[in-house]
Amino acid sequence: MIVDARGDRCPMPIIRLARAAAGANPGTAVTVLWTDAAARHDIAAWARMRGHRVVGEEVAEPADGHQAWATTVLLGGAGTTTAATLR
Amino acid sequence: MTSRVYLDARAPLHPAARAAILEALDDGWADPGRLHSEGRRAAALADRAKETIAGHLGARPAELRLTPTHTASLHRAVVDVVAARRRLGGRVVHSAVERAALLAAADQAEPVSVPVRSDGRVDLDAWRAALAEPAALAALQHANPEVGTIQPLPEAHEAAAAAGVPLLVDAGATIGHVPAPPAWDLLAADPASWGGPAGLGVLAVRPRVRTRATGPADEEPWVGVSLPLLAGAAAALDAVASRRAEAAPRRRVLLERIRACLGTIPDVEVPGDPATGLPHVMTFSCLYVDGEALLTELDRRGVAVGSGSACTASTLEPSHVLVAMGVLTHGNVRLTLPVDVTDEQVDTLCAALPDAVAAVRAMLGTSGL
Repeated sequence: MIVDARGDRCPMPIIRLARAAAGANPGTAVTVLWTDAAARHDIAAWARMRGHRVVGEEVAEPADGHQAWATTVLLGGAGTTTAATLR
Repeated sequence: MTSRVYLDARAPLHPAARAAILEALDDGWADPGRLHSEGRRAAALADRAKETIAGHLGARPAELRLTPTHTASLHRAVVDVVAARRRLGGRVVHSAVERAALLAAADQAEPVSVPVRSDGRVDLDAWRAALAEPAALAALQHANPEVGTIQPLPEAHEAAAAAGVPLLVDAGATIGHVPAPPAWDLLAADPASWGGPAGLGVLAVRPRVRTRATGPADEEPWVGVSLPLLAGAAAALDAVASRRAEAAPRRRVLLERIRACLGTIPDVEVPGDPATGLPHVMTFSCLYVDGEALLTELDRRGVAVGSGSACTASTLEPSHVLVAMGVLTHGNVRLTLPVDVTDEQVDTLCAALPDAVAAVRAMLGTSGL
């Protein structure tokens, strides 16, 4: 699954990524394309907060002359990071 | 009609500063470098103010150098020390969470950025390793102005001293609010952070530190400083520091209350360590929130706050402090509690926050995400 958030400013790349993740099954890989510099850090923070995992980042096709990247997140299952499973 | 609540980093001008500025406009207008009565009156006024400020910094008046801004103090400290120690190379060892002005000055030389832990404290092992090679200067803030984390200055200074490298301490967020930094070779303080006037920076340099002024030498560097602003800065610092024993614990309790009300809002991160950090500074980030929109929503509800968010312009980088700590960078709000903050003002903030965050999230359509 691919979310093209190139040209979007923060926090829109994260919101669009979250919308895509909301309808997807655990184990799905979602790749988000972005140009906003905050996205790299906020995708990682979002994944940590939601129990997903960032599995890769690559350079992507530039958009409107702006350097772009593609970050892939592997969606965790419901409850995979709850306190119960950590214990 | 409720009154406005102001919680941004530049403190409102303290009434004691205002009074001292007005007085100095009458008494301190003459050139303090002259020997006539008017000049000597101005010089006496400047001397008193420098003595007061130096006392609060743990410095001697002769160690003070006055500058136009805190930014200028940091620039000058870095540039002048690097120029004097050029034969040691240009390495400037600094934490990753130093103020942007310091990073910009270090970039003119050879910056060596030392990472911080997730609570914002510099990694001391990495700090010592960075100082194992010759360096012109080391720079570590007393406390971080965004998240309030206090740095391990005694250990950091010991490592720098052992390596023979002077340590520049940015105390721009702390003077007047907590005891002065325990160890430094150069110290930068910002009057605007303690209720003094904007337009003046304070840099203290120990005599053992070699500096070399770049550009033409100013024969009397401090004579050109605005004496009224200097007098105002000193009066405000006296006033704020005299209330520190009472104000610090009271503000720490209020920060705890704010933290508790943030706990009722979903997906809010509060980086830093509240128990050991500054008693009057905190930051938080709200998932799925545009920081500028949140600032505007809070302003509509009567509360003025600061923001470290990058969402305000596509060219702006996210806060390098939040990035270094590995926390959420968007939807960020920075709070600085003034020395006379009241329970009622914090109540107003806590009443406004959940609504303001919900309003921005509703606008962006993020419910259920």
